[in-house]
Amino acid sequence: MRIIAEHLSWEVAGRAVVDDVSLDVAPGETVGLIGPNGSGKSSLLRCLAGLRTPAAGTVRYDGEPIRGWSARRVARRVAFVEQVADTDGDLRVVDVVGLGRTPFGDRWRGPGAHDRAVVDAALARLGLTALRDRAWKALSGGERQRAHIARALAQQPYAILLDEPTNHLDVKHQLELLALLAGTDQTVLVALHDLSLAARHCDRLLLLHGGRLVAAGPPKDVLTPELLAQVFEVDAETGPDALGHLAVSYRGPLTPRSPATDPSPPPSTTPSTNKDC
Amino acid sequence: MSASPDVPGAVGVPAGAPAPGSAPASGRPGGHLVPDLLHPSARDPRIANTAAAATAATAPGPGPVRAAVRGAGARAGIFLLAALVLVASAAASVRIGTTDVPYGDVGRSVGFHLGLGTEALPPLVDSLIWELRVPRVLMAALVGAGLAVCGAALQAVTRNALADPYLLGISSGASTGAVTVVVLGVGAASLGVTGGAFVGALVSFALLMLLLRRGGLDSVRIVLTGVVVAQLFTALTSLVLMASGDAEMVRAITQWLLGSMAPARWDAVAVTAAVTAAGLLVLWLNSAALDAFSFGSDTASSLGVDVRVTRWVLLVVTSLMTSVAVASVGAIGFVGLIVPHGVRFLVGPGHRVLLPLSALVGAVFLVWTDALARVAFSPQEVPVGVFTALLGVPLFLLVLRRRGEL
Repeated sequence: MRIIAEHLSWEVAGRAVVDDVSLDVAPGETVGLIGPNGSGKSSLLRCLAGLRTPAAGTVRYDGEPIRGWSARRVARRVAFVEQVADTDGDLRVVDVVGLGRTPFGDRWRGPGAHDRAVVDAALARLGLTALRDRAWKALSGGERQRAHIARALAQQPYAILLDEPTNHLDVKHQLELLALLAGTDQTVLVALHDLSLAARHCDRLLLLHGGRLVAAGPPKDVLTPELLAQVFEVDAETGPDALGHLAVSYRGPLTPRSPATDPSPPPSTTPSTNKDC
Repeated sequence: MSASPDVPGAVGVPAGAPAPGSAPASGRPGGHLVPDLLHPSARDPRIANTAAAATAATAPGPGPVRAAVRGAGARAGIFLLAALVLVASAAASVRIGTTDVPYGDVGRSVGFHLGLGTEALPPLVDSLIWELRVPRVLMAALVGAGLAVCGAALQAVTRNALADPYLLGISSGASTGAVTVVVLGVGAASLGVTGGAFVGALVSFALLMLLLRRGGLDSVRIVLTGVVVAQLFTALTSLVLMASGDAEMVRAITQWLLGSMAPARWDAVAVTAAVTAAGLLVLWLNSAALDAFSFGSDTASSLGVDVRVTRWVLLVVTSLMTSVAVASVGAIGFVGLIVPHGVRFLVGPGHRVLLPLSALVGAVFLVWTDALARVAFSPQEVPVGVFTALLGVPLFLLVLRRRGEL
C-alpha cells in the first residue's frame, strides 16, 4: 500500500509538532523515520496511522484521502505499534496477539477458527509459540515488544507503522525484527533511534528535525556528516563498517563551543560512503 | 526465539532463522507454496483455510486446538453452574426472612401467579411471598448483575482494576440526583426519581472525567479523584436532606442511601430488569472494544475502535444502569469491585465471557448478601450496603496491596 502525506501539519497548543511534511512511501518499501528526540517522529506516525487528525494537509492510502474514515476502516489497512504500550490486565500472550483480530471481528460472533489460525501464525512468526499462555506480566521487555509486533501482523495489514520498536530489544532481536520487517512485502514505516540499524535495513530514510522533513532518500544520501551535525548535533562520520555496511561512528556531541576548539573539524566531507548500499 | 519446536516453516520465516547477512526474503508469500496467513491476501477465507489446514497438518501436536476446545467446554460448564446456583440461591433466599416460609409454599405461590395451575395460598402468606419476597430477591439479583457488569466495564475503560460505580462517585451522584427529586421536588414530574438519579450519575461521571483529563489514568489517581467526587456529592446530598427534610424523612432516606432491598416492588423490578438487560447487551456487544482498551486509547484506536464513541456509550450505559439501581435500592458499594475480580481470576480477562459471567455471579452475590442482611440481626434489618462494604473493603485493600500500591 502506498502512503502519501501532503503538506501535513499537526500542532499542540499552537506549537507545530509536525510542520508541513510531505512524503511518499511506495508499496512494499521499508522506510526508516529518523530524527532527534522531539523531532515529531511519533506525532507524524500517529497522523499517518489515522490516530490524530492533522491540522492541515492530507494523508492518502493508495491515493484515497483517509480523512473521515472510521477507525475500523483504517485498522483494516494499517497496523500501528506504539513505543510503549503496557497493561495492568491479566492478559496472556495469545490474548494480546488476538487483539489484532479486532478490526475483523463481528459484534455478535466471537473470533472463529480463521482468527485463531492467523493468531497462531503470528505467534510462530515472532517465535512466541512456546510463550502463548504466558502472562503479560511475566514477559521481558523484548518479549512484550515481540508480542505487540505479532499483534500487528495478526491484523493482516497492508502497511505497518512502528514507533521505535527496537527500544527494549537486545541486539539479536533487533536484527531479527528489522530483517523480518524488511522481508515482508507489506509497506513498513519505522521510527528508529539507531542510525546504523536504520541504514542497514531500510530502503530509504526520512530525516525529521523540529517537525519538518529535512532530508529523504537512500541511507547514504541522508546520513551525511553535515546533516548529522545539523540535526542531531553530533560530530559523526559515516562509512562502511568492518562488514562493509554503511554505519555511523560518533566522535562526540557537538556543543556550540566544540566546533571551534575541536582540533579536527569535520575533515574532508567527501561522500566516501558511496560504495556502500 | 528458537524455542518454537512445533512451528515448522510452513507459515513463513522460521523464527530466529534470518542470520545476519542472509536474505530475509523467505517472509514473502510468493516464495512459498503455502500462502502467508499474515498477509492481507490471506483475508480471503478460501486461501486462509488452505493455509490454516497446512498449519494444522504440519503441526506435530494438536495442543492449541484441543486447549481451545477444552477452554470452551469449561466455560460452558461454568456458565451452566452459575445459572443453576443463581436459581437455587433465589429460591432459597425467597424462603429466608423474619418469617421463614416452606419451599412448598414458595413453589405454590410462584406457580399460581405464573398460571401454572397450582392452588392459591392464603392471601397473607401469598402476599408475603409474591408481593414482598419475590420482587425483593429479583431486585437483588438484577442490581447485583448490573453493578458487577458496570464495574467490569469501568475497569476496562479506565484501565483501572479499582474502578467501580461506588468508588468512582457515580453512585453518590445518583443519590444526590434522586434525593434532590424526592426532597426538593425538582423535576419530579418530568424526570422522576430514576431520571434524577441518572442526571446525578452523569454529572458526577462527567466531573470525574473532567478532573482526570490531564496526567493519565493511573489507578491511585483515579481512586483519589473518585473519592473527592464521592465526597462532594455525599455532602450535597446531606445538604439537600438537612435543608429541607423533616426528621422522619431524613431517617428513611438515610436508610435507603445505605442500600436496602426492602422497598423493592414489581414496577421497580420491571424497570430495572429492562435497563439491566439492555445495558448488559450493549456492553457485551462492545466486548472487543473493552478488550482493546487494555493497552490504552491509541492502541485501541489503531485496532479499529472508535474510542470517543465507545467511551461515550460506556459512560451513558453504566451511568444509566447505576442510576436505576440507586433509584430503586440505594447506593450499594463494592459489588462492582469484588465480583469482576473473582470472575477474571476464573475465566481470564476476555470481556465476551467476563461480562455475562460477572452478571450471574454478581446476582448470586447480592441475593445472598441481601438474605444475610435480612436475617443477621432479625427482626432488625441491616442495609445491604453495609454488608457489601464489610466484605468489599478488605478485598479492596488486598487488590491495592497485590498491585504494590499500598
